[in-house]
Amino acid sequence: MTDTVLSVRGISKSFGGIQAVRDVSFDVQKGEVLGLIGPNGSGKSTLFNCVLGQLRPDSGQVTINDHKVANMRASHLNKLGVGRTFQQLSVFPQMSVLDNIILAGQEHKGSMASRLFGPSDAGLTRAADQMIAFFRLEHLRDEMAGSLSYGQQKLVDAAMAFMAGPSLVLLDEPAGGVNLTMLGSLKDRLETYNREHGTTFVVIEHNMEFVMSLCTRIIVLAEGEIIAEGAPEEIRANQQVIDAYLGG
Amino acid sequence: MTRKHVHIAFAVIALALLIFVPLGQKNYILYVLTSWLMFSIAAMGLNLTLGYAGQISLAQASFMGIGAYVTALITLAGYHWVFGWLAAMGLTFVIGLLLGYPALRVQHHFLAFVTLAFNTIVFLVLRNEDWLTGGNHGLVGMPRPDFFGISTGRNLQFYYFVLVLFVISAGVFFWIVNSPWGRAFKALRENPVRAESLGVDTRRITLLAFAIGSAFGGGAGAIMSPLVQFIEPGSFALIHSLKILLMVVVGGAGFFYGPMLGAAVVILLPEVLRFTDGYYLMIYAALVIVLMVYSPSGLIGIGQKLMQQIRPRQEVRKDMAKGAQL
Repeated sequence: MTDTVLSVRGISKSFGGIQAVRDVSFDVQKGEVLGLIGPNGSGKSTLFNCVLGQLRPDSGQVTINDHKVANMRASHLNKLGVGRTFQQLSVFPQMSVLDNIILAGQEHKGSMASRLFGPSDAGLTRAADQMIAFFRLEHLRDEMAGSLSYGQQKLVDAAMAFMAGPSLVLLDEPAGGVNLTMLGSLKDRLETYNREHGTTFVVIEHNMEFVMSLCTRIIVLAEGEIIAEGAPEEIRANQQVIDAYLGG
Repeated sequence: MTRKHVHIAFAVIALALLIFVPLGQKNYILYVLTSWLMFSIAAMGLNLTLGYAGQISLAQASFMGIGAYVTALITLAGYHWVFGWLAAMGLTFVIGLLLGYPALRVQHHFLAFVTLAFNTIVFLVLRNEDWLTGGNHGLVGMPRPDFFGISTGRNLQFYYFVLVLFVISAGVFFWIVNSPWGRAFKALRENPVRAESLGVDTRRITLLAFAIGSAFGGGAGAIMSPLVQFIEPGSFALIHSLKILLMVVVGGAGFFYGPMLGAAVVILLPEVLRFTDGYYLMIYAALVIVLMVYSPSGLIGIGQKLMQQIRPRQEVRKDMAKGAQL
């Protein structure tokens, strides 16, 4: 087992005549926070879906924790230690915050049969309470998730992604639609989690300030290809990146 | 007093009423009450499939039919009713599992048509396979079971026998929906893509929702056989699946007491409205329309709205559906 958590090798994907991703390769090491940015239509989402096994690439290979993930079901990927958040709100609105968090961990406890005959909380209330406390959601613990504000639901969504103790978390626009105060809280929690658990993050984000301050390395995509890769300060100064964003 | 205590108190009072209300009642009332308990069990199954797991099914009556015929054949062959009951539940579980496979590929109204077609196939098999099912003439003379020398032959005794089965079914239903499986069923209903990403095997849980829901239908059918002592295909036609669906929707899909309340309305209300002669079906239909317009979450939804006035609680924000697309 190497320190490489995610390995993307020569991924290409086209839809009809449109080449969405062209020969993209990169590795992500344990504990790294990688940002994946690019203007609209640059191929970020296609690449993300290839990494998550939801799209089969035309060529190339994705390996997570030494497992090839092509066409792997999301539930299997989750069992391999991959957590994710979604661009849109993805909590279970008619369940309490506590139940949302417990659900995110219960499938990792025992077998299907043991979950039926075991305790109704799958023995996870304590761990869920710790996760709720970590994301400072204690006051919302028993509220219905659907009754929370947008930003609060984003925090619940993030807490769910971490509940099973993943080694890799893919965050799809975590800052989208979140106000500045909540954004600061989210960023602080993600940084703390990364520091304390060594979890690897891959972040797709449009909010440049957020991604530049959170990530240790950034890959910039434009028209399906990697046009720049490096530390945030290098990316900020890269003329090719500026041109891609400003259409220069 | 916590919410849990309120639920326990409600269950105890309801059980006490179910024990004492039938005492001294005439046979017809006992028959109606027994029918209500039986349909409540069938509706519980559909509530699990539809209300909790979000999988539409228009085939619950066909599972009752399979359960009723299997039990009838086994008891008419001289075996005890318990064997028929177990066989009915086992067979409907397996058939429900198979019927669940289309649900992995089609959803919503497409799935409704798949299950509707299944109900029609079962009806045709029951009607056309005379050698097994008696065809249009059906099967008659199924005995009511004895347990350790205690007969259930009389209507009041049979009512209590069905009440025991109802309590067992409600207990199993409560256990399932409050287990991690229940949480997974709700997750499947609310957001299957997110559920899958959290490790929930949505394929398996979809199949289980169908299989368990169908087994409840089979169990209810196993009661119908000795209750009516005459079964024929018409009792399990599509209209009866719609009736069970109505029970779930009227009572409140996705709520524990929903199907019991819904079955009470669908079975008992026509009896209550019988004094209106030919108008009772019209009044009944109008009441259902008004209910669905005012409270799509059924009678339990009305109760929740009233409780909301007395003790406001949180509710799901409808604006977030748009907020999510920001």
